[in-house]
Amino acid sequence: MKSLLKNDYGILVALMFVLAAPPILVKFGAMNSYYISILIFMALNTMIAVGLNLLVCHAGQISLGHAAFYGIGAYTSAILTVVYGCPLWVDVIAAMVLSGVIAYLVGAPTLKLKGHYLAVATMGLGIIAFIVMNEWHSVTEGPSGIVGIPRLKIFETVMRTDMQVYYLYWAIALIVILVAINILNSRVGRALRALHGSETAAAAMGVNVNSYKLKVFVISAVFAGLAGSLYAHYMTFISPPSFGLQFSIMLVLMIIVGGAETIWGALIGAVLITSMRAFLGEALGAYKDYDVIVYGLVMMVVMIFIPAGLAGGVSIIARKLKRGSAQPEEIGA
Amino acid sequence: MISPPRFFKASMTITEQILQYVLSGLVMGSSYALIALGFTIIYNGTNIINFAQGEFVVIGSLLMVTMTEVYELPMPLAFIIAVAGTALVAFALQRLAIHPLRNSNAMTLIIVTIGASIVLRGISMFIWGKDAYAMRHFSGEEPIEIFGATILPQSFWVFGITIAAVVLLQLFYRKTLMGKAMLATAVNKTAARLMGINVENVLLISFVVSGALGATAGIIIAPLNLAKYDAGVMLGLKGFCACILGGLGSSGGAIIGGILLGIIEALGAGLISSSYRDAIAFVILLLVLFVRPQGLAPLKEMMMGQEKQ
Repeated sequence: MKSLLKNDYGILVALMFVLAAPPILVKFGAMNSYYISILIFMALNTMIAVGLNLLVCHAGQISLGHAAFYGIGAYTSAILTVVYGCPLWVDVIAAMVLSGVIAYLVGAPTLKLKGHYLAVATMGLGIIAFIVMNEWHSVTEGPSGIVGIPRLKIFETVMRTDMQVYYLYWAIALIVILVAINILNSRVGRALRALHGSETAAAAMGVNVNSYKLKVFVISAVFAGLAGSLYAHYMTFISPPSFGLQFSIMLVLMIIVGGAETIWGALIGAVLITSMRAFLGEALGAYKDYDVIVYGLVMMVVMIFIPAGLAGGVSIIARKLKRGSAQPEEIGA
Repeated sequence: MISPPRFFKASMTITEQILQYVLSGLVMGSSYALIALGFTIIYNGTNIINFAQGEFVVIGSLLMVTMTEVYELPMPLAFIIAVAGTALVAFALQRLAIHPLRNSNAMTLIIVTIGASIVLRGISMFIWGKDAYAMRHFSGEEPIEIFGATILPQSFWVFGITIAAVVLLQLFYRKTLMGKAMLATAVNKTAARLMGINVENVLLISFVVSGALGATAGIIIAPLNLAKYDAGVMLGLKGFCACILGGLGSSGGAIIGGILLGIIEALGAGLISSSYRDAIAFVILLLVLFVRPQGLAPLKEMMMGQEKQ
């Protein structure tokens, strides 16, 4: 088991066992079924965070507007199925493709620029997308949102219960993680790691820096589009507030808290921040409007004290314990 | 935001309408220019995009509301206290969050400023609540008519104070040792340090000046808009769009970008669609990044050359 956990694939298998537990706990009454819906959100957020993690760690860029791709995915699926009666799953693919295409259009010109222009451009895109969702009434129904989105089907089985959705969405989330791990272990992944060390060096070694950055950005948007589409099919109702700047910032927070050093940082971040969002409001009681202060403080404190995030922090500490005094690595978020 | 309809009379020709939009665009644009200048000063010193800039704007305007409405202080005194108070917030932000990370990369610092903006917004909500506050105009509220368009006296205060702030900033850059040190640091941090300039102090002063500029922007337009704890998100981001439009890092560009953005936004909202008003700035942002990422201003070096003379 110990040697298994050293390997990403081993962790993935272990994770599958962990994920089988909650439904059993619910069955025996040891766990409230409300938690299942939170776990579903964790699956969705994990998909987006894994993509963002690739972008931050392996392309050295950040997106401040990933909620836009999440929203584009959700609205594409909602409109295709509700208005045009598009077959299920085809709309999911369409949502992923559209998110990817828009990411390509925004990323291609901006990733050529030196500096953090992708962050700026995605932020702009996020705000434009949010305004369009609110104002383009004839297509998006404006602030009142779209209702009556069907649950997904596998063959003839409709995913009616939360438990079914839980299994399906976590299965998809695990596939997303698997895809990400494979990307990291591919030729592209090695090139990306080279980028993270030094862009100039990577370019000198013949790595097409811009093209890799763009690929990773598009992949991250496709993951977000997928999550958005699945979100729409789970909630059966969507409206703009779920896809605003605040959610983009929450996604960044997931990456920061989890750390961008390994793909598992994305999972840790998604799990922690999703739980925080679910329980912090309750915990604060009458002060629940001020939960934003907590998020902001967490963001600052993690950046100041553990810039490598929790996953990175743990591995740094582990390395330190092993080798005595290894220098903590500077994580280029 | 400024709502054009309240200026309108039933029978306006299209030229009069356009003049009206340009005038209200100039007013909004002046505040964008000041916000953009604040971004530029910090960017030149540290290479970070300070996402808390919008919070300086809001804190300035809310402090002004408190000073004038609650403590009933005279306008000039309230103005000074509000600007100084915001500068103090900027000072604290730099000391507590930015300074400890001075050896980190720019992205880490940018994320810290995002965190700081969330915290500051939350604190503003805690202190002032979720209400939007109306603020007294600096002098009369009777609209003045110019060539068929109307303008509020507050607009002249906006223009005047913006110009005064820009002139003061130029004097600060050219006449004071600290100002010159700031320019030198902006051009080349390492060389500045080698010349014996205390770069740490320069960075601290950058935040203070930036906070003061943001507060000024917030205070002068507060009577026209409303002052609300969360208004800083849009104002800050639009100020940043102005920076990109003018050319990131150029102070001349920031002013031109701000004013242009204000005018384009007012014209677009008035002539095309007012429901997409807030999207206009970001569409411009994307267009500039795609087509002319260096912005409108001549290259940064040329601007720097002009400033040094």
